[in-house]
Amino acid sequence: MAPLKVLVGVKRVIDFAVKVRVAPGGQGVQEQGVKHSLNPFCEIALEEAVRLREKGDAAEVVVASVGTRQSQEVLRTALALGADRAVLVEVPPGGPALGPREVAAALSRLVARESPHLVLLGKQAIDDDCNQTGQLLAAALDWAQGTFVSRLALEAGAVRVQRELDGGLETLRLRLPAVLSADLRLNQPRYASLPSIMKAKKKPLELLPLPELLGCPPAPPRLRVLRLEEPPGRQGGQRVENVAALLERLAAAGRI
Amino acid sequence: MSMRRVLGLRWALGRRSCCSKSPLPPDFVEDLRAVVGAPNVSTAMAVRQQHGHDESMHVCAPPDAVVWPHAVGQVQELAALCYRYRVPMVPFGTGTGLEGGVNAVQGGVCFDLSRMDAIAELSLEDFSVSVEPGVTRKALNSYLRGTGLWFPVDPGADASLCGMAATGASGTNAVRYGTMRPNVLNLRVVLPDGRLLHTAGAGRQPRKRAAGYDLTSLFVGSEGTLGFLTQATLRLHPLPEASAAAATAFPTVQAAVNCTVQVLQAAVPVARIEFLDEVMAGACSSFSSVELPVAPTLLLELHSSRHGLAEQQQQTEEIVQLNGGSSLTWAEDLGERERLWAMRHCAWYAALALRPGCQGYCTDVCVPISRLPDVVVETKRDLQDSGLTGPMVGHVGDGNFHCILIFDTQDADEAQRVHAFTERLGRRALAAGGTCTGEHGVGLGKRALLLEELGQEGLDTLRCIKAALDPHNLMNPGKVL
Repeated sequence: MAPLKVLVGVKRVIDFAVKVRVAPGGQGVQEQGVKHSLNPFCEIALEEAVRLREKGDAAEVVVASVGTRQSQEVLRTALALGADRAVLVEVPPGGPALGPREVAAALSRLVARESPHLVLLGKQAIDDDCNQTGQLLAAALDWAQGTFVSRLALEAGAVRVQRELDGGLETLRLRLPAVLSADLRLNQPRYASLPSIMKAKKKPLELLPLPELLGCPPAPPRLRVLRLEEPPGRQGGQRVENVAALLERLAAAGRI
Repeated sequence: MSMRRVLGLRWALGRRSCCSKSPLPPDFVEDLRAVVGAPNVSTAMAVRQQHGHDESMHVCAPPDAVVWPHAVGQVQELAALCYRYRVPMVPFGTGTGLEGGVNAVQGGVCFDLSRMDAIAELSLEDFSVSVEPGVTRKALNSYLRGTGLWFPVDPGADASLCGMAATGASGTNAVRYGTMRPNVLNLRVVLPDGRLLHTAGAGRQPRKRAAGYDLTSLFVGSEGTLGFLTQATLRLHPLPEASAAAATAFPTVQAAVNCTVQVLQAAVPVARIEFLDEVMAGACSSFSSVELPVAPTLLLELHSSRHGLAEQQQQTEEIVQLNGGSSLTWAEDLGERERLWAMRHCAWYAALALRPGCQGYCTDVCVPISRLPDVVVETKRDLQDSGLTGPMVGHVGDGNFHCILIFDTQDADEAQRVHAFTERLGRRALAAGGTCTGEHGVGLGKRALLLEELGQEGLDTLRCIKAALDPHNLMNPGKVL
C-alpha cells in the first residue's frame, strides 16, 4: 500500500474553558482578548493523521484552516503537533463569519490543488456545533464519507472505520479517497513539547487568500445572525411554610 | 457523644479546647454583605456544612457563614472586618484536603476563594505563571496546552493550586520535579488584619533570590494559619518529549522497596515510582478494571528525550529483573498512561470499596530512603498483627507511603486499634529520622506528633511566628499548632 497524503482541516475557536459572553450589540460573542485554541475535535483528527504517518501509512500530513490571519496560531500548534506543512486560506478580518458551507467550498478547492487521498476533520467545532463541514465537503467532492469515527484502519485502497452512532457502533469500509470526521474516542492527542514547538517555526506555512483559491470572489453568506442573547439569569427559589402556602403561590402565579 | 465525635476529639488530643466557639457579633452578616454583595454571602446550613469538611474523616465542623470574594481587595476588606471583631477565618479552595484543614472547629467565616480564578502573567520564556485560588491544577495544565510547558505537581485530586501551596502538596511526580515548595516563586498573601503581602515582592519572579528571610517558603505549607494565599506564582517545566510507564509485580514487599532504592541509587531520573502492596493492587485492579496481579507492585514512569528514554528503560529493566520483578511492558501512548495513573489516583476510593460502609483514615509518613525497606516491612507486619485493613500505597521514590486504614467507626475496639497503630507508625517514622506527615499536612490530627518531631524549641519557634503574624489566633484556629 503506497503511503498516502492526508489533508487535515482545523479551526481556531474560543478555548473550551472560557466563559463566553455576548458582545455589546448582540451580534456576536466577545472575542477580543479571549483565549483561543485549536478545536478539540480537529486536534483529534490531526493526531490520527500524525499517527498514520508515524506508522508509515501516510507520507505527508498537510494541515489547513480557513480564517483570518490569527488562525496562523493554531496552524503553528498543528505543525508542533506533527503536521509537515500548513496552508491558511485567508479571509480579511471583520468580514461575516464563515460557516460550513463557505469552509467546505474552500476546502474542496484546496483538495483539487493538493490531491490528498484522505481528508480528516473534526466532527464539529465547539463554537457553532454545526457538524456539517465534513458532510458538505464529501458531497462537493463526491467522495465517500465516514463521520463520527472512533476507530480507523487503512487497507489497500480503502479505509475501515468504526462510527459512534446513537444506536451503537457501525463499521464501514470506504473506498479511498474519503472524507472522515473524528469523534472524541478516536484517540487522545499528544501535547506539544518545547523542541517540537521550536522545530515547527521552520516548517512551511503558506498564506493563500480565499478569492485566489476560489478563482473568483467568494459567494456572500446565506445566513445572517439576527440576535444573540444570554439565557435569562437564574431566579432564586422561594421557600414556603406549608402546602396551603404552596397552592396559594402557584395559583397567584397562574400555574394552577 | 457519638464514637466519631470522640475519635475526632481524640485525634486532636484536646489540649486547649479546639472546639470552643463564639457566635457571630450582631449585624456581622450584614457587614459581610456590604463588602461582597448579598449573593456572595450565605448562612444556609447546607452551604455551611459543605464548607465544613474535606475528604478526610474528621467530623464536619461548619463555619457560621460562607463568603465568596471576587477580588483580592474584597478579601482584604473581609479579613479586616473579621479581625476587628475577632471572628475566626478559614480559607477554602476545593475542599480536597486530607487533614481537616477547612473544618471550622471554632466557627467563624469561611472564605471560599474559588470565584477568584484568573490566570495571569504567563511567561513562556521565564517558565512562570500566576494563578488565583480558583484555578485547579488540571485547569492550568489545560490552559498551558500547546505551550510545551506544564505544572507537574500532581497530588491526585484536582486541587486548587493555591490550596496546594497552602498545604505544601506533593504527589507522584515529586521524585523528579519536586513538591510545591520549590515550585512556588511568589505568593500574594492577605494577612489576618487585611494587609497585603507579596512574599518575594510585588510582580517579581526571579528563578532564585537571596533577599531576606524566605517568606514564600514560610507560607507554603502554612495550612491557612498565617494568611490567605490569594495568588501563587508558579515555576513551570518543559513537557517531556517522550514518556513511558509500566507496572511490575514483585514476590515480596521487601523486593519491591529494595528495587526502588536501587533505581534511585543508580541515578535513573525516574519521574514517578509508586508502590502498591498486594492488598492495594488487588483493590485498585477490581475498582478500575485495569489488570494487575495481586502482588506487591511498582508503577513507574520515565520522562526523557527519545534517545534518553530507551537508555532509562534499559537501566530500569535490569534493576527490576535483579530484584525478581515481573517483566515490564512499557506503555508509551498517552491514553494508556493516563489510565494507569488514574487507577493509582483512585487508590482512596478503591480502598474504601474494600469494606463498604466504613470510613477511611490515611497515614502519611515519610522516612529517609535508606530506612524505607525496614519501615515498610515492619509496618506491614504491624498491620497484619493488629488485624487491620490497611492497603499501602506510596511515593516510595521520596520515602513517603500511605496506609489507607479502612475501619468501622462504630466499632470502638477497631477504632482503638487503628488509633494505636497510627501512633506507632508515626513514632516509627520519627525514630527512623523521618516525619509524621510527608505531604498531607498537620491539620487537625497530627498536632501531638508535631511536638515529638520538632521538639519543644521547634514548636516554640513556630508559635512565635504564628503570634507575630496572627496575634489573636484568628486564621484557621485549631490547626497545626
